[in-house]
Amino acid sequence: MNRDNINIALLFIGLILLQIIVLNNINFLGYINPFFYIIFIFLYPLKKIDGSLILLSFFLGLFIDIFSNSGGTNAAATLLIAFIRIPVLKIILDKRELEYSSLSISKLPFYKSLTFIAVLTFIHHFIVFSLEYFKWSNMNIILTKTSLTSIFTIVLILISLTFVSRKR
Amino acid sequence: MQQIISFLYKNKYFILFLLLESSAIFFTIQSHSYHKSKFINSANFISGGLYNKINNFKEFLLLKDENVRLAEENVQLKNLLNQKDKLTAQNSAKEADTVNFNQKYSYISAKVINNNFRKNNNYLTINKGESSHLKSDLGVINSKGIIGITKSVSNKYATVLSILNVNSRINVKLLNSNHFGSLNWNNNHYNTVQLLDLPIQANIKIGDTVVTGGRSTIFPEGIQVGTIKDFKTKNNTYDFINITLFNDMSSVGFVEIITNLDKEEIKNLEEKTSNE
Repeated sequence: MNRDNINIALLFIGLILLQIIVLNNINFLGYINPFFYIIFIFLYPLKKIDGSLILLSFFLGLFIDIFSNSGGTNAAATLLIAFIRIPVLKIILDKRELEYSSLSISKLPFYKSLTFIAVLTFIHHFIVFSLEYFKWSNMNIILTKTSLTSIFTIVLILISLTFVSRKR
Repeated sequence: MQQIISFLYKNKYFILFLLLESSAIFFTIQSHSYHKSKFINSANFISGGLYNKINNFKEFLLLKDENVRLAEENVQLKNLLNQKDKLTAQNSAKEADTVNFNQKYSYISAKVINNNFRKNNNYLTINKGESSHLKSDLGVINSKGIIGITKSVSNKYATVLSILNVNSRINVKLLNSNHFGSLNWNNNHYNTVQLLDLPIQANIKIGDTVVTGGRSTIFPEGIQVGTIKDFKTKNNTYDFINITLFNDMSSVGFVEIITNLDKEEIKNLEEKTSNE
Protein backbone atom coordinates (compact mmCIF):
# COMPACT_ATOMS: atom_id res chain seq x y z
CA MET A 1 0.00 0.00 0.00
CA ASN A 2 1.93 3.04 -1.17
CA ARG A 3 0.85 6.67 -1.14
CA ASP A 4 -0.74 6.55 -4.58
CA ASN A 5 -3.05 3.75 -3.57
CA ILE A 6 -4.16 5.56 -0.42
CA ASN A 7 -4.82 8.70 -2.46
CA ILE A 8 -6.93 6.72 -4.91
CA ALA A 9 -8.93 5.11 -2.11
CA LEU A 10 -9.60 8.50 -0.47
CA LEU A 11 -10.58 9.99 -3.83
CA PHE A 12 -12.95 7.06 -4.45
CA ILE A 13 -14.78 7.46 -1.14
CA GLY A 14 -14.70 11.28 -1.21
CA LEU A 15 -16.20 11.46 -4.69
CA ILE A 16 -19.05 9.09 -3.80
CA LEU A 17 -19.93 11.11 -0.71
CA LEU A 18 -19.68 14.42 -2.57
CA GLN A 19 -21.89 13.13 -5.36
CA ILE A 20 -24.69 11.68 -3.24
CA ILE A 21 -24.78 14.28 -0.48
CA VAL A 22 -24.24 17.49 -2.42
CA LEU A 23 -24.27 17.13 -6.18
CA ASN A 24 -27.35 14.90 -6.54
CA ASN A 25 -29.40 17.64 -4.87
CA ILE A 26 -28.33 20.65 -6.91
CA ASN A 27 -31.20 20.56 -9.44
CA PHE A 28 -29.79 23.54 -11.36
CA LEU A 29 -32.45 24.94 -13.74
CA GLY A 30 -34.83 22.32 -12.43
CA TYR A 31 -33.14 19.08 -13.33
CA ILE A 32 -29.40 19.45 -13.98
CA ASN A 33 -27.26 17.47 -11.56
CA PRO A 34 -23.61 17.19 -12.65
CA PHE A 35 -22.01 13.75 -12.58
CA PHE A 36 -18.81 15.15 -11.17
CA TYR A 37 -17.63 11.79 -9.82
CA ILE A 38 -16.28 10.77 -13.25
CA ILE A 39 -13.29 13.03 -12.54
CA PHE A 40 -11.98 9.82 -10.98
CA ILE A 41 -11.39 8.44 -14.48
CA PHE A 42 -9.33 11.53 -15.39
CA LEU A 43 -7.34 11.66 -12.17
CA TYR A 44 -6.47 7.96 -12.15
CA PRO A 45 -2.84 7.63 -13.34
CA LEU A 46 -2.68 7.38 -17.11
CA LYS A 47 -1.18 3.95 -17.52
CA LYS A 48 -2.03 1.23 -19.93
CA ILE A 49 -5.36 -0.37 -19.15
CA ASP A 50 -5.28 -2.40 -15.95
CA GLY A 51 -7.72 -4.55 -14.03
CA SER A 52 -7.95 -2.34 -10.97
CA LEU A 53 -9.20 0.67 -12.96
CA ILE A 54 -11.90 -1.50 -14.55
CA LEU A 55 -13.03 -2.86 -11.18
CA LEU A 56 -12.84 0.52 -9.43
CA SER A 57 -14.80 2.35 -12.11
CA PHE A 58 -17.47 -0.35 -12.08
CA PHE A 59 -17.90 -0.15 -8.31
CA LEU A 60 -17.76 3.66 -8.34
CA GLY A 61 -20.70 3.71 -10.73
CA LEU A 62 -22.50 0.96 -8.85
CA PHE A 63 -22.29 2.83 -5.53
CA ILE A 64 -23.74 5.94 -7.17
CA ASP A 65 -26.51 3.74 -8.59
CA ILE A 66 -27.31 2.19 -5.23
CA PHE A 67 -27.69 5.61 -3.66
CA SER A 68 -29.74 7.12 -6.46
CA ASN A 69 -31.91 4.07 -7.29
CA SER A 70 -30.88 4.09 -10.94
CA GLY A 71 -30.29 0.40 -11.62
CA GLY A 72 -26.90 -0.01 -13.25
CA THR A 73 -26.83 3.02 -15.51
CA ASN A 74 -23.92 4.85 -13.88
CA ALA A 75 -21.93 1.64 -13.54
CA ALA A 76 -22.31 0.81 -17.23
CA ALA A 77 -21.37 4.31 -18.37
CA THR A 78 -18.41 4.77 -16.02
CA LEU A 79 -17.01 1.37 -16.88
CA LEU A 80 -17.21 2.12 -20.58
CA ILE A 81 -15.37 5.45 -20.38
CA ALA A 82 -12.71 3.86 -18.17
CA PHE A 83 -12.19 1.21 -20.80
CA ILE A 84 -12.03 3.53 -23.81
CA ARG A 85 -9.98 6.18 -21.99
CA ILE A 86 -6.61 5.22 -23.50
CA PRO A 87 -7.88 4.53 -27.07
CA VAL A 88 -9.57 7.97 -27.11
CA LEU A 89 -6.37 9.59 -25.84
CA LYS A 90 -4.42 7.85 -28.60
CA ILE A 91 -6.68 9.42 -31.21
CA ILE A 92 -6.38 12.90 -29.70
CA LEU A 93 -2.62 12.93 -29.09
CA ASP A 94 0.33 12.63 -31.46
CA LYS A 95 2.44 9.52 -31.33
CA ARG A 96 5.41 11.16 -29.64
CA GLU A 97 3.27 12.61 -26.86
CA LEU A 98 2.20 9.13 -25.88
CA GLU A 99 4.43 8.08 -23.01
CA TYR A 100 2.04 6.80 -20.44
CA SER A 101 4.44 6.59 -17.54
CA SER A 102 5.20 10.31 -17.45
CA LEU A 103 1.89 11.52 -18.82
CA SER A 104 -0.66 13.27 -16.67
CA ILE A 105 -3.74 15.14 -17.75
CA SER A 106 -2.61 18.46 -16.33
CA LYS A 107 0.54 18.37 -18.49
CA LEU A 108 -1.39 18.18 -21.76
CA PRO A 109 -2.02 21.30 -23.84
CA PHE A 110 -5.30 22.89 -22.74
CA TYR A 111 -7.38 22.29 -25.86
CA LYS A 112 -6.30 18.64 -26.01
CA SER A 113 -7.22 17.92 -22.42
CA LEU A 114 -10.48 19.78 -23.00
CA THR A 115 -11.36 17.57 -25.99
CA PHE A 116 -10.40 14.47 -24.03
CA ILE A 117 -12.60 15.41 -21.06
CA ALA A 118 -15.46 16.64 -23.23
CA VAL A 119 -15.60 13.50 -25.39
CA LEU A 120 -15.57 11.09 -22.45
CA THR A 121 -18.04 13.17 -20.41
CA PHE A 122 -20.45 13.37 -23.30
CA ILE A 123 -20.28 9.61 -23.92
CA HIS A 124 -20.81 8.92 -20.22
CA HIS A 125 -23.81 11.23 -19.89
CA PHE A 126 -25.36 10.00 -23.11
CA ILE A 127 -25.21 6.40 -21.90
CA VAL A 128 -26.57 7.28 -18.45
CA PHE A 129 -29.58 9.13 -19.85
CA SER A 130 -30.34 6.68 -22.65
CA LEU A 131 -30.29 3.78 -20.21
CA GLU A 132 -32.46 5.75 -17.80
CA TYR A 133 -35.14 6.53 -20.40
CA PHE A 134 -34.64 3.37 -22.43
CA LYS A 135 -36.84 4.47 -25.33
CA TRP A 136 -35.99 5.95 -28.74
CA SER A 137 -39.04 8.16 -28.57
CA ASN A 138 -37.40 10.10 -25.73
CA MET A 139 -34.36 11.02 -27.85
CA ASN A 140 -35.08 14.75 -27.55
CA ILE A 141 -35.08 14.72 -23.75
CA ILE A 142 -32.02 12.46 -23.70
CA LEU A 143 -30.03 14.79 -25.96
CA THR A 144 -30.99 18.00 -24.16
CA LYS A 145 -30.28 16.52 -20.75
CA THR A 146 -26.99 15.05 -22.00
CA SER A 147 -25.71 18.30 -23.46
CA LEU A 148 -26.80 20.58 -20.61
CA THR A 149 -25.50 18.28 -17.90
CA SER A 150 -22.27 17.67 -19.83
CA ILE A 151 -21.51 21.38 -19.94
CA PHE A 152 -22.04 21.66 -16.19
CA THR A 153 -19.90 18.60 -15.47
CA ILE A 154 -17.09 19.66 -17.82
CA VAL A 155 -16.88 23.12 -16.26
CA LEU A 156 -16.72 21.64 -12.75
CA ILE A 157 -14.07 19.12 -13.77
CA LEU A 158 -11.91 21.77 -15.48
CA ILE A 159 -12.08 24.06 -12.45
CA SER A 160 -11.07 21.31 -10.06
CA LEU A 161 -8.30 20.06 -12.37
CA THR A 162 -6.67 23.50 -12.36
CA PHE A 163 -6.74 23.47 -8.56
CA VAL A 164 -5.21 20.00 -8.44
CA SER A 165 -2.42 20.83 -10.89
CA ARG A 166 -1.59 24.09 -9.10
CA LYS A 167 -1.17 22.33 -5.78
CA ARG A 168 1.43 19.95 -7.17
CA MET B 1 -5.92 -25.55 -25.75
CA GLN B 2 -2.82 -23.50 -25.10
CA GLN B 3 -3.89 -21.08 -27.79
CA ILE B 4 -7.25 -20.61 -26.15
CA ILE B 5 -5.61 -19.94 -22.80
CA SER B 6 -3.16 -17.47 -24.26
CA PHE B 7 -5.96 -15.78 -26.16
CA LEU B 8 -7.97 -15.46 -22.96
CA TYR B 9 -4.92 -14.17 -21.12
CA LYS B 10 -4.18 -11.56 -23.75
CA ASN B 11 -7.73 -10.29 -23.67
CA LYS B 12 -8.34 -10.69 -19.96
CA TYR B 13 -9.16 -7.02 -19.40
CA PHE B 14 -11.55 -6.99 -22.29
CA ILE B 15 -13.30 -10.07 -20.91
CA LEU B 16 -13.47 -8.52 -17.44
CA PHE B 17 -14.89 -5.38 -19.04
CA LEU B 18 -17.55 -7.35 -20.94
CA LEU B 19 -18.52 -9.28 -17.83
CA LEU B 20 -18.98 -6.18 -15.66
CA GLU B 21 -20.66 -4.19 -18.42
CA SER B 22 -23.22 -6.91 -19.01
CA SER B 23 -23.95 -7.17 -15.30
CA ALA B 24 -24.45 -3.38 -15.17
CA ILE B 25 -26.86 -3.56 -18.08
CA PHE B 26 -28.61 -6.50 -16.40
CA PHE B 27 -29.15 -4.35 -13.28
CA THR B 28 -30.47 -1.54 -15.48
CA ILE B 29 -32.98 -3.74 -17.27
CA GLN B 30 -34.05 -5.19 -13.96
CA SER B 31 -34.63 -1.74 -12.55
CA HIS B 32 -36.95 -0.93 -15.45
CA SER B 33 -39.30 -3.79 -14.70
CA TYR B 34 -41.68 -3.13 -11.85
CA HIS B 35 -40.93 -4.93 -8.59
CA LYS B 36 -37.74 -6.63 -9.60
CA SER B 37 -34.74 -4.56 -8.57
CA LYS B 38 -33.64 -6.55 -5.59
CA PHE B 39 -30.04 -5.54 -4.82
CA ILE B 40 -29.44 -2.14 -6.39
CA ASN B 41 -31.69 0.14 -4.39
CA SER B 42 -31.36 2.56 -1.53
CA ALA B 43 -33.15 0.33 1.00
CA ASN B 44 -30.03 -1.60 1.94
CA PHE B 45 -28.03 -1.27 5.12
CA ILE B 46 -25.26 1.07 3.90
CA SER B 47 -27.23 3.56 1.85
CA GLY B 48 -30.24 3.55 4.17
CA GLY B 49 -28.02 4.22 7.16
CA LEU B 50 -26.17 7.04 5.43
CA TYR B 51 -29.34 8.72 4.20
CA ASN B 52 -30.71 8.48 7.73
CA LYS B 53 -27.68 10.36 9.08
CA ILE B 54 -27.92 13.05 6.40
CA ASN B 55 -31.62 13.43 7.04
CA ASN B 56 -31.07 14.01 10.73
CA PHE B 57 -29.15 17.18 9.82
CA LYS B 58 -31.70 18.29 7.26
CA GLU B 59 -34.56 17.86 9.68
CA PHE B 60 -33.43 20.75 11.86
CA LEU B 61 -33.84 23.12 8.95
CA LEU B 62 -37.35 21.93 8.16
CA LEU B 63 -38.76 21.70 11.68
CA LYS B 64 -40.80 24.87 11.25
CA ASP B 65 -42.60 23.70 8.10
CA GLU B 66 -43.22 20.33 9.66
CA ASN B 67 -44.78 21.96 12.73
CA VAL B 68 -47.11 24.01 10.57
CA ARG B 69 -48.19 20.90 8.72
CA LEU B 70 -48.82 18.99 11.95
CA ALA B 71 -50.81 21.90 13.36
CA GLU B 72 -52.98 21.92 10.23
CA GLU B 73 -53.53 18.20 10.53
CA ASN B 74 -54.46 18.61 14.19
CA VAL B 75 -57.11 21.15 13.28
CA GLN B 76 -58.50 18.81 10.64
CA LEU B 77 -58.65 15.90 13.05
CA LYS B 78 -60.28 17.99 15.76
CA ASN B 79 -62.93 19.09 13.28
CA LEU B 80 -63.56 15.47 12.37
CA LEU B 81 -63.84 14.54 16.01
CA ASN B 82 -66.40 17.27 16.59
CA GLN B 83 -68.45 16.14 13.63
CA LYS B 84 -68.38 12.60 14.91
CA ASP B 85 -69.53 13.69 18.38
CA LYS B 86 -72.41 15.50 16.78
CA LEU B 87 -73.37 12.47 14.71
CA THR B 88 -73.26 10.06 17.61
CA ALA B 89 -75.28 12.51 19.68
CA GLN B 90 -77.92 12.55 16.98
CA ASN B 91 -77.95 8.79 16.49
CA SER B 92 -77.51 7.83 20.10
CA ALA B 93 -80.32 5.33 19.76
CA LYS B 94 -78.45 3.08 17.35
CA GLU B 95 -74.89 3.22 18.58
CA ALA B 96 -72.22 1.29 16.71
CA ASP B 97 -71.85 -2.25 17.96
CA THR B 98 -68.23 -2.36 19.04
CA VAL B 99 -68.15 -6.15 19.18
CA ASN B 100 -68.81 -6.50 15.49
CA PHE B 101 -66.57 -3.62 14.53
CA ASN B 102 -63.59 -4.80 12.47
CA GLN B 103 -60.59 -2.66 11.81
CA LYS B 104 -59.78 -2.78 8.13
CA TYR B 105 -56.67 -0.67 7.81
CA SER B 106 -53.75 -0.14 10.11
CA TYR B 107 -51.33 2.78 9.84
CA ILE B 108 -47.61 2.93 10.55
CA SER B 109 -45.86 6.28 10.57
CA ALA B 110 -42.42 6.68 9.04
CA LYS B 111 -40.04 9.39 7.96
CA VAL B 112 -38.80 10.00 4.43
CA ILE B 113 -35.01 9.99 4.46
CA ASN B 114 -34.39 10.38 0.74
CA ASN B 115 -36.64 11.85 -1.92
CA ASN B 116 -36.25 11.99 -5.72
CA PHE B 117 -38.62 13.94 -7.92
CA ARG B 118 -36.52 15.09 -10.86
CA LYS B 119 -35.93 11.79 -12.62
CA ASN B 120 -37.85 9.51 -14.92
CA ASN B 121 -38.40 6.85 -12.26
CA ASN B 122 -38.52 8.39 -8.84
CA TYR B 123 -38.16 6.59 -5.54
CA LEU B 124 -38.32 7.65 -1.90
CA THR B 125 -36.53 5.92 0.94
CA ILE B 126 -38.23 5.64 4.34
CA ASN B 127 -36.84 4.70 7.73
CA LYS B 128 -39.09 1.73 8.56
CA GLY B 129 -38.68 -1.82 7.30
CA GLU B 130 -39.45 -5.44 7.98
CA SER B 131 -38.77 -4.96 11.68
CA SER B 132 -41.82 -2.65 11.76
CA HIS B 133 -43.91 -5.20 9.79
CA LEU B 134 -43.60 -3.43 6.46
CA LYS B 135 -44.00 -5.43 3.28
CA SER B 136 -43.84 -4.51 -0.38
CA ASP B 137 -47.03 -3.28 -2.07
CA LEU B 138 -48.36 -1.15 0.76
CA GLY B 139 -49.83 2.30 0.19
CA VAL B 140 -47.94 5.37 1.43
CA ILE B 141 -49.76 8.64 2.17
CA ASN B 142 -49.37 11.79 4.22
CA SER B 143 -51.91 14.25 5.52
CA LYS B 144 -52.25 15.96 2.14
CA GLY B 145 -52.66 12.92 -0.08
CA ILE B 146 -51.01 9.91 -1.65
CA ILE B 147 -47.25 9.51 -2.03
CA GLY B 148 -46.68 6.07 -3.55
CA ILE B 149 -46.40 2.33 -2.95
CA THR B 150 -43.65 0.49 -1.05
CA LYS B 151 -41.34 -1.54 -3.24
CA SER B 152 -38.16 -3.08 -1.80
CA VAL B 153 -38.05 -3.68 1.94
CA SER B 154 -34.94 -4.37 4.01
CA ASN B 155 -34.76 -4.93 7.75
CA LYS B 156 -34.83 -1.26 8.75
CA TYR B 157 -35.56 0.66 5.54
CA ALA B 158 -37.84 0.53 2.54
CA THR B 159 -38.05 2.20 -0.87
CA VAL B 160 -41.29 3.73 -2.10
CA LEU B 161 -42.28 3.82 -5.76
CA SER B 162 -43.36 7.45 -5.98
CA ILE B 163 -46.47 8.46 -7.93
CA LEU B 164 -43.93 10.43 -9.95
CA ASN B 165 -42.72 7.27 -11.64
CA VAL B 166 -43.56 6.33 -15.21
CA ASN B 167 -44.23 2.77 -14.03
CA SER B 168 -46.75 3.79 -11.40
CA ARG B 169 -50.45 3.07 -12.00
CA ILE B 170 -52.92 3.85 -9.24
CA ASN B 171 -56.66 3.38 -9.38
CA VAL B 172 -58.46 6.70 -8.78
CA LYS B 173 -61.94 8.10 -9.17
CA LEU B 174 -63.73 11.41 -9.27
CA LEU B 175 -65.02 12.58 -5.93
CA ASN B 176 -68.46 13.56 -7.17
CA SER B 177 -69.29 11.00 -9.86
CA ASN B 178 -67.70 7.60 -9.08
CA HIS B 179 -66.09 7.25 -12.52
CA PHE B 180 -62.81 5.34 -12.31
CA GLY B 181 -59.50 5.96 -14.07
CA SER B 182 -55.84 5.28 -13.49
CA LEU B 183 -53.18 7.71 -12.38
CA ASN B 184 -50.00 7.96 -14.42
CA TRP B 185 -47.08 10.37 -14.74
CA ASN B 186 -45.61 11.62 -18.02
CA ASN B 187 -42.40 12.97 -16.50
CA ASN B 188 -43.10 16.62 -17.29
CA HIS B 189 -43.57 18.38 -14.00
CA TYR B 190 -43.32 17.13 -10.45
CA ASN B 191 -46.57 18.78 -9.46
CA THR B 192 -48.69 17.48 -12.31
CA VAL B 193 -49.84 13.91 -12.98
CA GLN B 194 -52.11 12.46 -15.65
CA LEU B 195 -55.43 10.65 -15.39
CA LEU B 196 -55.90 7.90 -17.99
CA ASP B 197 -58.77 5.66 -19.10
CA LEU B 198 -61.52 7.89 -17.75
CA PRO B 199 -64.75 7.21 -19.67
CA ILE B 200 -66.16 10.17 -21.62
CA GLN B 201 -69.43 9.84 -19.72
CA ALA B 202 -67.71 11.36 -16.71
CA ASN B 203 -68.52 15.01 -17.14
CA ILE B 204 -65.43 16.63 -15.71
CA LYS B 205 -64.80 20.28 -14.99
CA ILE B 206 -61.57 22.09 -14.19
CA GLY B 207 -61.14 22.06 -10.42
CA ASP B 208 -62.88 18.73 -9.81
CA THR B 209 -61.31 16.72 -7.01
CA VAL B 210 -59.75 13.31 -7.68
CA VAL B 211 -59.49 10.71 -4.89
CA THR B 212 -58.26 7.11 -4.68
CA GLY B 213 -60.72 4.55 -5.97
CA GLY B 214 -60.58 1.75 -3.45
CA ARG B 215 -60.70 -0.90 -6.18
CA SER B 216 -57.21 -2.09 -5.35
CA THR B 217 -56.34 -3.58 -2.00
CA ILE B 218 -53.55 -1.05 -1.54
CA PHE B 219 -55.28 2.26 -0.84
CA PRO B 220 -58.54 2.77 1.04
CA GLU B 221 -61.19 4.66 -0.85
CA GLY B 222 -61.29 8.44 -0.77
CA ILE B 223 -57.72 9.51 -0.07
CA GLN B 224 -57.11 12.86 -1.71
CA VAL B 225 -54.98 13.03 -4.85
CA GLY B 226 -55.45 16.41 -6.52
CA THR B 227 -57.65 18.65 -8.64
CA ILE B 228 -58.12 18.67 -12.41
CA LYS B 229 -55.92 21.34 -13.97
CA ASP B 230 -56.84 21.08 -17.65
CA PHE B 231 -58.04 18.49 -20.16
CA LYS B 232 -58.70 17.98 -23.88
CA THR B 233 -61.23 15.78 -25.67
CA LYS B 234 -60.47 14.09 -28.98
CA ASN B 235 -62.61 11.61 -30.99
CA ASN B 236 -65.11 11.50 -28.18
CA THR B 237 -62.55 10.34 -25.60
CA TYR B 238 -60.39 12.28 -23.22
CA ASP B 239 -57.06 12.94 -24.93
CA PHE B 240 -55.33 13.97 -21.73
CA ILE B 241 -56.33 15.10 -18.26
CA ASN B 242 -53.77 16.91 -16.12
CA ILE B 243 -54.11 16.83 -12.36
CA THR B 244 -52.46 19.22 -9.92
CA LEU B 245 -51.39 17.27 -6.83
CA PHE B 246 -52.38 18.46 -3.37
CA ASN B 247 -49.02 17.20 -2.18
CA ASP B 248 -45.82 19.09 -2.82
CA MET B 249 -43.73 16.09 -3.84
CA SER B 250 -40.52 18.11 -3.54
CA SER B 251 -40.87 18.32 0.24
CA VAL B 252 -42.21 15.24 1.93
CA GLY B 253 -41.45 14.73 5.60
CA PHE B 254 -43.49 12.29 7.65
CA VAL B 255 -45.63 9.69 5.93
CA GLU B 256 -48.04 6.93 6.92
CA ILE B 257 -47.95 3.43 5.53
CA ILE B 258 -51.31 1.74 5.15
CA THR B 259 -51.67 -2.00 5.69
CA ASN B 260 -54.91 -3.51 4.49
CA LEU B 261 -55.72 -6.16 7.09
CA ASP B 262 -58.16 -7.92 4.76
CA LYS B 263 -55.70 -8.11 1.87
CA GLU B 264 -54.91 -11.80 2.27
CA GLU B 265 -58.56 -12.68 2.56
CA ILE B 266 -59.50 -10.71 -0.55
CA LYS B 267 -56.60 -12.16 -2.52
CA ASN B 268 -57.40 -15.74 -1.53
CA LEU B 269 -61.02 -15.25 -2.42
CA GLU B 270 -60.15 -13.80 -5.82
CA GLU B 271 -57.71 -16.61 -6.56
CA LYS B 272 -60.28 -19.19 -5.60
CA THR B 273 -62.85 -17.61 -7.88
CA SER B 274 -60.50 -17.43 -10.85
CA ASN B 275 -59.42 -21.05 -10.37
CA GLU B 276 -62.94 -22.38 -10.44
